Amino acid sequence: MNGFFDIPSDLDNTYFGLIGLHLREALLPVLAGLLAALPVAQLCVRFRWLYPPVLGVTTVFYAIPSLAVFVVLIDYTGQTELTVMIPLAVYSLVVLVPAIVDGVRSVPEETLAASTAMGFGPVRRYLQVQLPIAVPAILAGLRVAVSASISLVSVGALIGNQGALGNLLADAQKYGRPELAVNSVLTTAVLAILCDAVLVLLRNLLTPWMPRGRSGGRRPKKAAALPESQEAGAR
Amino acid sequence: MDSVTKRYPDGTVAVDRLTLEIPDRSITVLVGPSGCGKTTTLRMINRMVEPTEGTITLDGADLQRQPVTALRRSMGYVIQNAGLFQHRTILDNIATVPRMIGWGKQKSRERARELMERVGLDASLAKRYPYQLSGGQQQRVGVARALAADPPVLLMDEPFSAVDPVVRKGLQDELLRIQDELGKTIVFVTHDIDEAIKLGTMVAVMRTGGRLAQYAPPAELLSDPADDFVEDFLGADRGIRRLSFFASEGLQLTTAPVVRVDATAEQLAAPDAPYLLVTDVEGRPLGWSEPRDLTAGDIAAERLLPYGRPFVPGTDSLRAALDCAVLSPTGWAVAVDGDGRVTGVASQQTIGEAIRTAHGAADGRTAGPGTDGDRPAGAAGIAKAAP
Repeated sequence: MNGFFDIPSDLDNTYFGLIGLHLREALLPVLAGLLAALPVAQLCVRFRWLYPPVLGVTTVFYAIPSLAVFVVLIDYTGQTELTVMIPLAVYSLVVLVPAIVDGVRSVPEETLAASTAMGFGPVRRYLQVQLPIAVPAILAGLRVAVSASISLVSVGALIGNQGALGNLLADAQKYGRPELAVNSVLTTAVLAILCDAVLVLLRNLLTPWMPRGRSGGRRPKKAAALPESQEAGAR
Repeated sequence: MDSVTKRYPDGTVAVDRLTLEIPDRSITVLVGPSGCGKTTTLRMINRMVEPTEGTITLDGADLQRQPVTALRRSMGYVIQNAGLFQHRTILDNIATVPRMIGWGKQKSRERARELMERVGLDASLAKRYPYQLSGGQQQRVGVARALAADPPVLLMDEPFSAVDPVVRKGLQDELLRIQDELGKTIVFVTHDIDEAIKLGTMVAVMRTGGRLAQYAPPAELLSDPADDFVEDFLGADRGIRRLSFFASEGLQLTTAPVVRVDATAEQLAAPDAPYLLVTDVEGRPLGWSEPRDLTAGDIAAERLLPYGRPFVPGTDSLRAALDCAVLSPTGWAVAVDGDGRVTGVASQQTIGEAIRTAHGAADGRTAGPGTDGDRPAGAAGIAKAAP
């Protein structure tokens, strides 16, 4: 296709520049959402009664269309990247809070009791026991948040030149160049897949302690990774 | 523990005015049905639960006045399902407390390796993660982790109840062996009375509502249950189980019906017994036979009756001897020495007499003076048989 990578000059950017912008607009909000979600989730774990209302309120946030948020924000933050990133950060927060809460709560009762009995204080216990064990659940949440965020950045085209790869869609219409739309969709998809792959790799590096079955399922109660003779031989 | 009570805000009393003196360097077992407050009691010792009333002192010092983390680090804690850190290797799991109290990485890991050997874990497991181990192995790691900083006190909360019976027996034997070597003060919680009797130097039976029903050595528990609750809890065969505490050493053995496989016709005819026990030339048992079925020089081992499971006098208890006699098709128990050579045989009748003698002697001892004047008093061989 001719002119596939021929970026219209009104975007004021190169192809790779657009990719960089897209990634920044997508990933910074996820990072912000994660940083905000960690304390919120910890509060929800600490005070159980807090979780249902927090879940309710954040879910309502998720239901607000980003366009509506833009309309409100544009008075304060103008036609900037920030206007695009704020709703994305909120959406990430909504996905990540339950992921972290469930992850931290999945730490077995006896593991917690054992750590308390060994003289772990609450902070040490959170950082050294609960959080590491919640890593698989947190990363599962991050995968959803990152994919969603990468696809949602394109909406930024609605408030001007802030949609990164999404602006290629707008320009495809404006200049009658369908190849730009195909470029936009394909590049966004490839970015999402690559980011997801990086997160999977990160999870595997962070959790060598997880059983890696073909199904990639949760930890079985008792793994038969060792033959029973090991048990007998150990005696 | 002096008159310790734990009452929850909703009014539930988990432990009710419990007074216990736990002896140093021995295993004290808290046993009782679920909801009897035994775990709560254990957790009050390391202050995971704070008592509402009463005081707990350790070597004369009030636990309530000690900093809680230091207290906990001075007490090993083993829990059901081990409660290992699934995200750490076996070695790092065991090294947890030494690392926390500042032993340094190298020394902590050395100590962890040493403990793996002590609890019977192969060194090749050091770099594995908990999910790669069987339940029994995980529990060994749990014990090693509790022992890591060499605490004087070990608290064990139903540590072996989630593993299968064969593995459990192995773990119990291992605990007794480790205790022989280390001499810790162990408080052990279980709902299994057999486990309590096997492991405990002292056993505290607790009843629902957190009250102490009886606190006694296991042999006394079996011979003199304090009330119907304790008796029920001990189960129907406490009489048989009590035999585990009587040594089989003094049992009257006879060698009269024992013949060697190469015996002559005269030797075969000599004993006046309904059955003869045939041994091989080295004295190991082959089987029983009626005398008329034996022909000198032509004794085939496969035609003999099985002799069951022999017992070792001195090592095994009267319970093992009785079991052997009951299992034997002839009703006679075979006694062997450490090398498996026959030292004699005993009939059910002889064993029965030994049981009566042992009972009489034991009751005379535990009932105290003046309560049962007609029973023979005396120091008879009450020994806890080796497991």
